[in-house]
Amino acid sequence: MIRLDHVSKSYEAGKPALDDVTIHIDPGEFVFVVGDSGSGKSTLIRLLLKELEPTKGKIYINGQDLKKVTHKKIPMYRRNVGVVFQNFRLLPDRNVYENVAFAMKVIESPNKEIKKKVPTMLSLVGLAAKYRSMPKQLSGGEQQRVAIARALVNEPKILLADEPTGNLDPTNAWEIMGLLEEINKRGTTVIVVTHNMEIVKAMNKRVITIKKGVVVSDVGGDDYED
Amino acid sequence: MKISTHVYNVGQGMKNVWRNKLFSLASIATMSACIFLFGIFYSLGTNFQAMVKTAEEGVAVTVFFDEGISQAQIDEIGNEISKRAEVSEYNFVSADDAWATFQEEYFGDNPELAEGFAEDNPLANSANYEIYLNDVSMQPTLVSFLEGLDGVRQVNQSEVAAKTLTDINSAITIISMGIVVILLAVSIFLISNTVMVGISVRREEIAIMKLIGAKDAFVRQPFVVEGIMIGLIGSIIPLILLFFMYEEVIKYMASEFNFLSNMVSFIPVKTIFTTLVPVSLLLGVGIGWIGSRVTLHKHLKV
Repeated sequence: MIRLDHVSKSYEAGKPALDDVTIHIDPGEFVFVVGDSGSGKSTLIRLLLKELEPTKGKIYINGQDLKKVTHKKIPMYRRNVGVVFQNFRLLPDRNVYENVAFAMKVIESPNKEIKKKVPTMLSLVGLAAKYRSMPKQLSGGEQQRVAIARALVNEPKILLADEPTGNLDPTNAWEIMGLLEEINKRGTTVIVVTHNMEIVKAMNKRVITIKKGVVVSDVGGDDYED
Repeated sequence: MKISTHVYNVGQGMKNVWRNKLFSLASIATMSACIFLFGIFYSLGTNFQAMVKTAEEGVAVTVFFDEGISQAQIDEIGNEISKRAEVSEYNFVSADDAWATFQEEYFGDNPELAEGFAEDNPLANSANYEIYLNDVSMQPTLVSFLEGLDGVRQVNQSEVAAKTLTDINSAITIISMGIVVILLAVSIFLISNTVMVGISVRREEIAIMKLIGAKDAFVRQPFVVEGIMIGLIGSIIPLILLFFMYEEVIKYMASEFNFLSNMVSFIPVKTIFTTLVPVSLLLGVGIGWIGSRVTLHKHLKV
């Protein structure tokens, strides 16, 4: 499903942010990508979103070579990849409902379907009661739930989460991870970039460790050691 | 895109004007100021040109004939004159007409003074054609043509008047064109600057839309609608202001400078606005449209 073949990414002259990375992730997997700040984790996410182009190597998603996805076709590609960020990135001037509905508007879903699906999605993330709240009226954990609802409302096959618990207190962090696990159980491939080792160890999932742009280990949950 | 998506985007664009109140206000103010200035200069320029045109219409070339010329020859000369493109109007003034006008002008108060000439028209050789031109700058060409005609004794022209009017006319044209060009350049600079600031503040919003999978057109449309709305409001406000101001200024001029109303007549506001309204609206909407499109372009490459 996700395949990186000898992918390198250099921004400017100097050390590459990612160096000869080869990763395979199967459909339905839950994978943690860990590493220190500046190790190249976020670069990996941005490559998967086709925000960046690799300097070397190839990336295949669902068998499709990302290099062949033209600028015009990027929107269609991104509709199959949900994404959540550390800082939530909600539209600040729209309420919870509108933020989630917006993702469906973007792909031109009929209004009838939007009205049916958005409340269901908000119930799933536990925010049905707050659908009219503005993002700034919500806690960090709630904002992240809205972001997850937005990422999932179009039923993408892959969900990328870039430090989803980075701005959250431990209780909220655990709740968000629980939600991501639940989503994974429903069949979505989930890739979580984090440096919250407590969560990584406790969840017992596959862990890919990147150091200075190089994959230094890729092990199943049982074998992972910090 | 589906029609419902267009409707949604138009709605979003309109809402955006309100959501970004400060930015909208700044853009509308800039646009209004520019179009207001444009309107003032347009009104001034048009009025000046109309005044010059009125003055031009009063400038005549007079053609006198050789002594003893026959009426047939005079008619032939008239025929030649009528064929000229420079001529807007020409009248035949007979010797009797000339004498009657002269008497009225000079002996109007003491008609008895003219009685001595009763039987002997002193202006017997003063039958003439009075010719009015379309454009005084063409006076020299016409005069040299007239002087070349058979039977023409003398051609009187007001060279100074013609030259002055021609000079004023071209000065007004050059100055008003210059001012309009400068104003346009300043407007485009100011407005695109305001739009640029507005859009860079919302770069995050655009980036989020793109990451969710929005097509460029979907991202662009609300911004363009917003730009057009701002342009529309920004041109309607100064137009309304100008409309009332123009009428007031004319009234004021008429009451305070009474002597002016005998010399010049101002163009009615309706005539000015038949051109000013479409041009200003087009300018406002055009700048709003182009501004938002061009500025968005670089943010869409995410």
